[in-house]
Amino acid sequence: MQVPAPFEYARASTVDEAVALLERLGDTARLIAGGHSLLPMMKLRLASFDHLIDINDLHGELGYITVTPDEVRIGALARHRELLESDELAAVHPIFRDAERVIADPVVRNRGTLGGSLCQADPSEDLSAVCTALGASCVIRGSGGSRVVPMADFHRGPYETAVGEGEILTEVRVPVHARAGSAYAKVERRAGDWAVVSAGAFVRLAADGTIADARVGLAAVGPNTTGIPGIPAALRGRAPAEDVYAEAGAIAAEGCDPATDQRGSADYKRHLAAELTRRTLRVAVSRAGG
Amino acid sequence: MTTVDNDLKPVGYGRMLRKEDPRFVRGRGRYTDDVQLPGMLHLAILRSPFAHARIVHMDTTAAAALPRVKAVVTGADLAGLGLAWMPTLSGDVQAVLATDKVRFQGQEVAFVVAEDRYAARDALELIDVEYDVLDPVIDARRALDPAAPVIRDDLAGKTDNHCFDWETGDAAATAAVFERADVVVSQDLVYPRVHPAPMETCGAVADFDAVEGRLKLWSTTQAPHAHRTLYAMVAGIPEHKIQVISPDIGGGFGNKVPIYPGYVCAIVGSIVTGKPVKWMEDRSENLVSTGFARDYIMRGEIAATRDGKILAIRTHVLADHGAFNGTAAPVKYPAGFFGVFTGSYDIEAAYCSMTAVYTNKAPGGVAYACSFRITEAVYLVERIVDCLAYELDMDPALLRLRNLLKPDQFPYMSKTGWEYDSGNYEPTMRLALSLAGYDDLRREQAERRSRGEIMGIGIAFFTEAVGAGPRKNMDILGLGMADGCELRVHPTGKAVVRLSVQSQGQGHETTFAQIVAEEIGIPPADIDVVHGDTDQTPFGLGTYGSRSTPVSGAAAALVARKVRDKAKLIAASMLEVSVADLEWQKGSFSVKGDPGAAVTIQDIAMRAHGAGDLPDGLEGGLEAQICYNPSNLTYPHGAYICVVDIDPGTAVVKVRRFVAVDDCGTRINPMIIEGQVHGGLTDGVGMALMEMIAFDEDGNCLGASLMDYLLPTALEVPDWETGFTVTPSPHHPIGAKGVGESATVGSPPAIVNAVVDALRPYGVRHADMPLTPSRVWDAMRGHAQPPI
Ligand SMILES: Cc1cc2nc3c(=O)[nH]c(=O)nc-3n(C[C@H](O)[C@H](O)[C@H](O)COP(=O)(O)OP(=O)(O)OC[C@H]3O[C@@H](n4cnc5c(N)ncnc54)[C@H](O)[C@@H]3O)c2cc1C
Repeated sequence: MQVPAPFEYARASTVDEAVALLERLGDTARLIAGGHSLLPMMKLRLASFDHLIDINDLHGELGYITVTPDEVRIGALARHRELLESDELAAVHPIFRDAERVIADPVVRNRGTLGGSLCQADPSEDLSAVCTALGASCVIRGSGGSRVVPMADFHRGPYETAVGEGEILTEVRVPVHARAGSAYAKVERRAGDWAVVSAGAFVRLAADGTIADARVGLAAVGPNTTGIPGIPAALRGRAPAEDVYAEAGAIAAEGCDPATDQRGSADYKRHLAAELTRRTLRVAVSRAGG
Repeated sequence: MTTVDNDLKPVGYGRMLRKEDPRFVRGRGRYTDDVQLPGMLHLAILRSPFAHARIVHMDTTAAAALPRVKAVVTGADLAGLGLAWMPTLSGDVQAVLATDKVRFQGQEVAFVVAEDRYAARDALELIDVEYDVLDPVIDARRALDPAAPVIRDDLAGKTDNHCFDWETGDAAATAAVFERADVVVSQDLVYPRVHPAPMETCGAVADFDAVEGRLKLWSTTQAPHAHRTLYAMVAGIPEHKIQVISPDIGGGFGNKVPIYPGYVCAIVGSIVTGKPVKWMEDRSENLVSTGFARDYIMRGEIAATRDGKILAIRTHVLADHGAFNGTAAPVKYPAGFFGVFTGSYDIEAAYCSMTAVYTNKAPGGVAYACSFRITEAVYLVERIVDCLAYELDMDPALLRLRNLLKPDQFPYMSKTGWEYDSGNYEPTMRLALSLAGYDDLRREQAERRSRGEIMGIGIAFFTEAVGAGPRKNMDILGLGMADGCELRVHPTGKAVVRLSVQSQGQGHETTFAQIVAEEIGIPPADIDVVHGDTDQTPFGLGTYGSRSTPVSGAAAALVARKVRDKAKLIAASMLEVSVADLEWQKGSFSVKGDPGAAVTIQDIAMRAHGAGDLPDGLEGGLEAQICYNPSNLTYPHGAYICVVDIDPGTAVVKVRRFVAVDDCGTRINPMIIEGQVHGGLTDGVGMALMEMIAFDEDGNCLGASLMDYLLPTALEVPDWETGFTVTPSPHHPIGAKGVGESATVGSPPAIVNAVVDALRPYGVRHADMPLTPSRVWDAMRGHAQPPI
């Protein structure tokens, strides 16, 4: 059995209490949400912390998924399973359900959280690609109050985020648009494995059926989940068509920076970046009513 | 899926639910890690972070000073006891704890015994080891380079990394056939290193009683008796003072055949501290340090006539044995039973030469349900036959049908000296083809191809050689591979049968009760099966290589017949007739021509133990024992057909269908057989598509967790379609053959053949496992690469 090094354990029952504990304990402490990223690292003794601050009691406060006509607000403690099962969320952003169906396994999904996923900032993490595609923003709270950071600025490098010392991610906000669609696709070596490559796409159509806005987020093809800035620029104003998706795919392949590893060669991953970009754009457009 | 009644409540053979399952499904299994003893301490092992390094200095003071730590033991300490090295099952030696050098990443360097497993782990981090890192030998192809660093400088006079050479067959005769053949096809194949990865990792609880000089050892072993003898020989504890208990085991697959350093450490830990000591390795330790499987780099060559008559097969193998030759195989078979690489075909000549080398990788070599390397042999022949079909542009099913051995050729002496006991191959093949709807599948494939879709159909036909083995030529470290069995019928007609083999999930408690039930007519529910405890069971070599039913199954049937023979004498006296006048119907003896005059086996049992006279010269009681020495191996066979679809855009392989027709002779419990086949087929999907223990160039193991070493799940496998034919073994008392490993042996080539068949439009003749999407994509682009 793998066992972690010794640590102290504290349990926060409100966001304020979690922030106060973080301030007091400084960088010797870590928040623990679902624990499905943190605990494996601790058990393998790749990471050790003097204190863990358990925030699972905040699920009442931060476990919500609220869908309004122009925005979805998701609390950081919403679990994978809740994101998977929310019909309301699937109705406006089907990309969440697409992704959650291929993230890990039921055991992990029962515990793992949206906040933990984004804050882990693993380069292969799927929900970051989802949030990137949707142009989400993150609400971060510290003792001085809350600030909002767009997804594009949230990740600072592998396993590094904009969440500072003494801060906690509380909410993710996703805009809702009419005539919009989204989709997610992942290639994995086996069910429950991390992505070889995955892609999420979001498309908003104009009244005339042309693409008003399109974004693609890719996982596992660089140091962080990547938005491909060239794609919105290239697709805006174009009529949805196979050659347009192919063009976006080519931009994705060129714009990403994958590495060869056990999951696949860099060449293959570039190929997948193109292929999955095409596929998800195609589905997103059809879901947008295009 | 069709449903079948799996609980026919047979008195003998037939479908019945497993007797052991209620305790497993209700969480009442008792595994090694469930053993809790008063005052028990916990052991953790410090392992080498390097593949090859000299140990310059080791300081354990800080670790020893940690509260709750009871002992810290190094290789130097063990050397003082003469225990730093131990023999492997292949006549090599292996370090228990490294003294001079570490030779693979994950090798045992020191251990800590502490009051709990947390403190033991914490202390490991305080052991300070100074290493002088050496160049490692990782690529087996470079192991014999003159400049390669010598790994085994512990062996006197060793100047290279050569492990052994081995050959079989007739080189000259084979060369002559190749000379004159119309067609010769040659193909390089890699069977990558894989790991059995049983759900339960290895572990032990050692309890040494210093007063009595007695050792009680619970351990995850597939061969408790053999282990006991080896401990006696190595540790100098007299054999009668050692009790090895192998409780419930969470999967073995060969992983739990060897003696690992951890077991020895646990024993030493208990001796040193005077307390019971538990060692349970964690998942990573299991993957990086315990018995791997395969790792054969093969060149296969096949010679044939233009119209598809196979004439000869030749192969050269480079075998990577890791840092110590820890292969578990009968002594005279350093390559296991790889010699059956001629497969199921009627050929004129065959030859194999093999070179085995040491590398800086974990030792092991025979594991993962391989029937002693038959996995590699079957993969070689079934892949090379498909390569021949490709070159001849011939249907692979037809090519096989054309060359299968005919029923009148059995017993068949193969060109490499294996006597196939029996076989009737064509009906098995035809049944598989018809279950699969082979012709329709080929039509569908043509249609799909015309639409740009990628579909493949793969066939494998295998013959296995299982049930090691006849003691005249099979032993492990001098221990013959015969199996004991004891049967005792209690006064009320219930019984206990004691086996020398040990179940790791195969269902022995059910199958063996059924074997005895079939012979003496006592219902399986009334027969207790005892196994896995050297104090409770007769000597035998354990469970692996699909040997339990061929060897111990025969022993169980014969011991039951011995009991029945005695019962007959008692019945004759009870019925006051002569033995010749008796007739046996399962469960009772009656007087011929007078069925009303009968006594049941239960009546007889009571008489055997009760008051009243027994026939002259007969002792009371109703029991017998036996030691069964098989006269030959048994040769099960099977025909497997796999259908795959490949996504043209992502190269992801989906196994759509899999038809498995097995012939394991007499079928004792068809449900258990199907369960074994399902498990083995799932293993096959793993090996063919995702599993591999890979290393980087520094010798770091890249498969050290189940996030990195992928095992298949229910989502990767189809609904298995199974069928069977029955060709009983002529020399086995009940005609049964082994089946535990058939599916693991037969399925990888079927799946690989299907993938390669799918890629035919891309001009692909071969691609090595594991066929991950990335590697399939490479093959589609004409860049198929070996995985190492
Ligand atoms: C077997 C397995 C397979 C997996 N497969 C996938 C997969 O296919 N795709 C995928 O995307 N993920 C996968 N995961 C990861 C899984 O989704 C994790 O649950 C997730 O990454 C982390 O969520 P968590 O709540 O468990 O975070 P934790 O492990 O609790 O925390 C992770 C990190 O985030 C920090 N943190 C957590 N919450 C907050 C917060 N509110 N504010 C600030 N910091 C916070 C923690 O301090 C820690 O550093 C897998 C995990 C496992 C174990």
